[in-house]
Formats: sequence, C-alpha cells, structure tokens
Amino acid sequence: MNTTLDINGKPIAVTAAPDTPLLWVLRDELLMTGTKYGCGIAQCGACTVHADGQAIRSCQTPIGSLAGVKITTIEGLGGAHPLQAAWVRLDVPQCGYCQSGQIMSAAALLARTPTPSDADIDAAMSRNLCRCGAYQRIRAAIKDAAGVAPAQA
Amino acid sequence: MNAPVKSFRPSRLSRREMLVVSAASAGGALLVGCSPASILAIGADDKFGPFGPFLKIAPDGIVTVVSKHIEFGQGSHAGLAALVAEELDADWDTLEVVQAPANAKVYENIGFGAQGTGGSSAIAHSWDQLRKVGAATRVMFVDAAAKRWNVPAGEIAVSKGVVSHSSGKSATFGDLVADAAKVKPPENPPLKDPRTYTLIGGDRVRRKDALAKSNGTARYTQDVHLPKMLTAMVAHAPRFGGKVRGFDASAARAVPGVVDVFQIPTGVAVVANDTWAARKGRDALKIDWNEDKAEKRGSDEILATFQGLASGRIAPSGDLKWQSFDTRGEASPPAGARIVEAAYDFPYLAHAAMEPMNCVAEIGGGQNKLTFGSQIPSIDQLNTAMIVGALPGSIKIETLFAGGSFGRRANFKSDYAAECVHIAKHVGGGRPVKLVWTREDDMTAGYYRPLVCHTVRVALGADGLPTHWRHRVVGQSIQKGSPTGTKGLDETAVEGAKGSPYLKATANVDGQAMLPEVGVPVLWWRSVGATHTAFVMEHTIDQLARAAGRDPVDYRRALYAKAGASRHRAVLDLAIEKAGPKAADGWTRGVAVHESFGSVVAQVAEVKLVDGAPRVGRVVTAIDCGVAISPDQIAAQMEGGTCFGLSAALYGRITLKDGVVEQKNFDTYRVLRMNEAPAVETYILPSANRPSGVGEPGTPVIAPAVANALLAMTGKPTLSLPFVKA
Repeated sequence: MNTTLDINGKPIAVTAAPDTPLLWVLRDELLMTGTKYGCGIAQCGACTVHADGQAIRSCQTPIGSLAGVKITTIEGLGGAHPLQAAWVRLDVPQCGYCQSGQIMSAAALLARTPTPSDADIDAAMSRNLCRCGAYQRIRAAIKDAAGVAPAQA
Repeated sequence: MNAPVKSFRPSRLSRREMLVVSAASAGGALLVGCSPASILAIGADDKFGPFGPFLKIAPDGIVTVVSKHIEFGQGSHAGLAALVAEELDADWDTLEVVQAPANAKVYENIGFGAQGTGGSSAIAHSWDQLRKVGAATRVMFVDAAAKRWNVPAGEIAVSKGVVSHSSGKSATFGDLVADAAKVKPPENPPLKDPRTYTLIGGDRVRRKDALAKSNGTARYTQDVHLPKMLTAMVAHAPRFGGKVRGFDASAARAVPGVVDVFQIPTGVAVVANDTWAARKGRDALKIDWNEDKAEKRGSDEILATFQGLASGRIAPSGDLKWQSFDTRGEASPPAGARIVEAAYDFPYLAHAAMEPMNCVAEIGGGQNKLTFGSQIPSIDQLNTAMIVGALPGSIKIETLFAGGSFGRRANFKSDYAAECVHIAKHVGGGRPVKLVWTREDDMTAGYYRPLVCHTVRVALGADGLPTHWRHRVVGQSIQKGSPTGTKGLDETAVEGAKGSPYLKATANVDGQAMLPEVGVPVLWWRSVGATHTAFVMEHTIDQLARAAGRDPVDYRRALYAKAGASRHRAVLDLAIEKAGPKAADGWTRGVAVHESFGSVVAQVAEVKLVDGAPRVGRVVTAIDCGVAISPDQIAAQMEGGTCFGLSAALYGRITLKDGVVEQKNFDTYRVLRMNEAPAVETYILPSANRPSGVGEPGTPVIAPAVANALLAMTGKPTLSLPFVKA
C-alpha cells in the first residue's frame, strides 16, 4: 500500500505500512538519515521534524496520520539557515547526534518567536536531550541567530 | 581509564586471546620479540604515502590529517590536526581530517600498546608524535623548495601552506608536493619554540565537523545503508547471565520484512529488511529463558552488602580481601581525638549516549569488515577474529563518528560489536548486517558505572587538619578479567582517593578497598574512579573544615601547602579570583577541586534549592591541562563535562529489582535538560607543561561542589547520590 507524504516541499510516495513511524520511513525507506533515532518514545527529541511548522517527534508519528501535512526535515532546512550558521560559528556540536533535532526545535521556535527570551528557549528546547551537554552553546547559538544579546552571567 | 593507559600491554592478553593470536600468527614462535601491537597488526594494510600514515597532501595542496582516535564529541579530530598543522605551517582553513583505519601497530595509542581512545589521552599521547610528523614534513617541503630555487634552506619560510623565499619566490604545498615526496624525512626534525605558535593556544583551532553535524550529513553507524543490508535486533535475557532455553519464532517470522530468526550466544536475533520490521519481529518472539545462573539480586541488596562490608558489619567471605592503598603510619588515632565520620553510596549509572549502541558487520565473502564507532579498534579486531577465526589484523574496521560514548564503547568484550559479528557470520557471504539496539536495549544491557560505597573516618589534630584518615572503598572491579586486569588492586576503584593531596597531607592513612563480584556488568564511565572518589574526598574536606571551624577554601590551601600540591592551589586560586567576592543574591557557593587524567580542575558552583532540589546557576571553572591546544574546545569539554557530571549527580541511578533493570528509557532514567543546564565559565591556567586530559576531568568536580554548597546552606552533608531520588 502506498502513502504519499509531503516532505521538504515534494510529494513522495512511500510503501511502508500506515502504522510505521515517520522516523523509520525517513531513515530506512527514503534514506534521509539526518533525523535520528534516540529513544523511540518522544523523550529525547533527536527525531524532531516539522509538521506544518510545528516541532514534532517523528518516532511517535505514524505516517498514516500525516496526509496533507507539510513535513520539513533537517535536509529541508537548506544548510544555510541562520541557526545552522550560528551552530558552526559557535562550535555547538560535540558528538553531534542530537543536533538535527535541536536545530529543528530551535527553527520552529524562531519561526514562532523571532526574538526568544531565556524562558522561551527553555520551554521550546527542554524536550531535546544532549548528553554531551552542549546546552549552553545551543542557547547562545539560538540567541546569536535571532540577534538577541547573550544573557548576563 | 587511567589504568589502561599505563598497563594495556600484550602480557595482559588472556590465555585464550594469546592462543588465538599465536595460532593465527602460524605458530607461537613468531611471537618472540614482537610487540603486541605488531602481533595484532599482522594481516593489516600498511602501505602509506610519502608523508606517512598520519598525513596526506594532495596535488591541489589540500592537507589531510589522519586521526587514529575516534571523534565522538571530545574534539580530538581538531586537536590532533592542530598538532600537525602547527609544525607544518599548513593552512588550517582548508585542512581536512579523516579517520584512520584499524592498524594496531601504526595507529597504536602510545601507552595502550594497541589502537584505542580513552583515558583522555588522545592529545597527551600524540603530542610528540604528531608534532614530529608536521615538523618532518615541513622540512621536506623546505628542502624541495631550496633545491628547486637553489637557495639555502635557512632562508625559506612557510606559512599557511605557502613556502616562500626572501627573494620573492613562493610556491604552494601543491606546487611542491611531488618534489617534497622524494625528500627523505628527517628522523628528528626541529620543533617550534612554543612562543612562536600561530595555531596552538589560539582561537582558530575549531571543529572541522561542525557543519556536517549541523546539517544532518555527518555519518554515524545508525546511518549506514549498504546494498542488500539487513537490519538486526536481538532479544536479550531479562536478567544478567540468563540464557535461551528455547524459543518460538513463528509469529516473528510472519511479520512482513522479517528475513530470519536464530539463536546467538547473547539471545535470539531477528534479521529483517528494515529497522521497524526487525522491531516488530522481535516483539513477536516467545522465548523461554534459563535464568538458573542469572544475577537475581536487587540493587538494594547489593548496596546493603557493600555498605555492610565497608562499615565492617559484614565479614568478607571466600576470596574477598581488603587491598591497601596509600596506607602508612598508625592505624588508629589517639583516644579522645576529634573524629569526623561519613558513609557514602553511589548507584549504578548508565552512559546513555544519544546514539544507542550499534554496529555494521560484513563477515565472509572474502573479507571481514566492521563499520561503526569503534573506540578500541584493536580489541574489536581481536574479539571479531576469535568469532570468525581470522588474523586480528585482517579485520577491517571503518570507524565512524559515534553519537557519544562516555566509556561505553571501550568494552573489552566488544559486547554489541561481537553480537553483530555473530549475526553477520550466521547470515554469511559478506552480506552487511546492521545491529540496532533500541534505547531500552542500550539502557538495560549493563556495563554501568559500578555501584560503590565509601566509609571515611578522619581524626583532626589541634590545628584542625587531619592526622589519621581511615578510608574504605567497596565496589565492583571494572578491569577484573579484562586484558588490563591485574592480580593487584584495580586502580580504577580508588584513583582519586589514592594519591589525593589530602591523604598526602595526612601523616597516618589506612586506605583499603574490597572489590566483590556481582553479575551486573560494569565499565568505565566518563572520569571513571573520580566519579565517586572526587565526591568523597571533596565533600569530606568541607565537613572536616566545618568541624574545624575553618573556611573550606583556606582549609584546602593549608592542605595543599602541606602536600606540595601547587597545581591544585593554583587552579583553586584562579577559580576563586574569577568567581569574584560573593555569590549572586539567593545563591550559595560550593567549591571543589580534583585531579584526574593529569589535569586539575577547580569549580565554584552557585546553587539554590528549587522545590527542594538543587538548581545550579553559574559555575566558574579553572583547569590546568598543560599546554592548551584549543582553548575553545577545552571550554566546550568543561561545559559538557560539567553537565554530564551534574546530570548523574542530580538524577542518575540505575536500580535492579530481583535482578531486572528498572530504568529502560529517558522517561525513567532522568538526565539533565536545557532548562537545568548551568552557565559554565572556563579559565585555563597558563602552562608550559605537556598537554594532559580534557575530555573527562570536567566531569567529577561539579557533584561535590554542589554538595558543598548544600552543606553550607543546610548544614547537612549529602551521603548518597543522586541528590533527587524521586
């Protein structure tokens, strides 16, 4: 059975069963591996993508629920997004495994709240885990991309 | 991983390993006179270009440094490349870094006796080797230019990949590479005066992988897709030591996409066309487990036993014995001495790297190859060789970026890699198999930071300083039965207590450790022994200072003076100075200092209680790590190491009920999140000493610093971690 998904602006037909999580369709069927598996239960945020601009956890989103929904993945962010430039400028990644999800959560935040406060960042980013502990630089890079002054220490 | 740095030597290969290696080498006689790395490398490719195994220079002049160390966040790729680039005077902006293949001899970690990453040793152990590579290659380019231009070599300068002469002649590395390749490399090239460094110590040594790790293109094991590749999952026994008695695969085989189901030594493997099918297939398995020999104790029982042994309430049985460390002088203080006592306990901890453990193996069909985040390639080769019956050196390993390790991937049994090899061997024909562990597999597979108990009993003299220090440590040995294991004391159980300046400053020390066996597998965990010893030593010191009526910072200074611990004193002073006179309103400060992996770190942490739980704000960090290669990467490791230590201190705890691990995912194994992350400031003590560790030393200091702040705030010591047990 085929399902057609709207991914990064293109209609894409996939053969996976409708109960298959979007994560595994992206990774195993479409070979779009920028979106990562971290926990499978929407606790770590490594699999974050956008559904109609909202940050969602693709590991808990069956493709059957995505008819007509515009999906954006890290591959669809373009590579030159201000967040990605800030991530490189501030050397945010360490192991890097969580960073696609971090950037997708941050991009959804900035689209909604272009000049976020620390509280806004906490609220938007606290569902994305980073075991290397790059949180401080993630916060700084979001502010850098948004043109917000770094907080006073 | 201090110990393996010192002791991973061929003599420590187990009998079985030696048999395999020697058989594979066509006779034990071949071993005579060979180093272990040489033996492990038999069968390996060892053809390299004119600039050797660590450096390639392309006709377009692009310089590529070959890293023998895995990059899993710690910044080694950039740091190692900087050592070469500095001496070579290469153009940093265009320089590239690639990962070395497995070759135990050529890419040996000097100090391990084999190829591998750990013990925060990558830069320290490459400092001389890679600077020489850069310097020798620079001489080759200078000589080539001198010959081409017919000028004295001494008049030639090199900068950013361009060779030039005072006459105005200049050429790029690309222009000269063919000639330079013909120059005989000097054996002892002159190294730069550190005062002339243009790269080391500056702000330009930045990560080379930041872009790939920000746009989704960085390649991890999880991302490997090969033609005809199968994806495997394994059902493991609920308890450590359990075995398969029988299984019914009929429902699993009926899942669309499932290709095969079979037993392997560690459980039942399901191989499928993709991950989701493998997962569904595994869920459909019915397995009868034989748990006769499994570990069935709960962590509460293990803890109670260890506490009993540490306190002397329980007498050791069987082979269990106390083993001494730092013991000297009188055992008992005089009657009437002022005594401070504390008993501490620390839980099992999972590494919980963001990328669950995984591996890709191709076995048979003319080659045996692994593709994954291999932290100790030589061990992974050896374990693979034993399964497939081949020369260890002939096992190809393509090491990829790993989504964290924190010690988990440095496993002497190569646990998950060996599991993948078993599956790929069964599949056969060289067909690629990707083993995927779910988060639940990863978290319940063991290899935890050991559960550990300490008891400390200290007598204070008239000046308030310790005169007698009695210390007991009870915990599982990490190294027992491994190639680095010794008959003596497992140093990783006591490192950080052993050798502590506070013990050096105490005339009478009675240090003893006991390492009982438990069926729960344990392993190194970022900063290893220091994860508990730093807490015990640093939090005890604040309790002693309090009992003596002295300021804890001044109390430390007095002890450092007595012990001759000038580096401790220097980082403490730097952190105190940078922290400024007082904490922000509403916050309380705690201080801790600890040496690990050759570096000394001091932290001043500002803490307050929010709903009864500690919240950490500003953390001022000072480190002495010798020459600082990349100050920005050192700061990143202090920031990350602090978060890693704080995460465990606040929440980290693996518990077992009747032998079954209770935490299976991040919903029950809580880790630090963005809204709880401290603001870490890093200050590096200027030093001309050789570089020392950076990846781990930032981890163990925060927990005692927080405990010391809570002690100042509430008057109560913290005797059991984590701080938050709910």
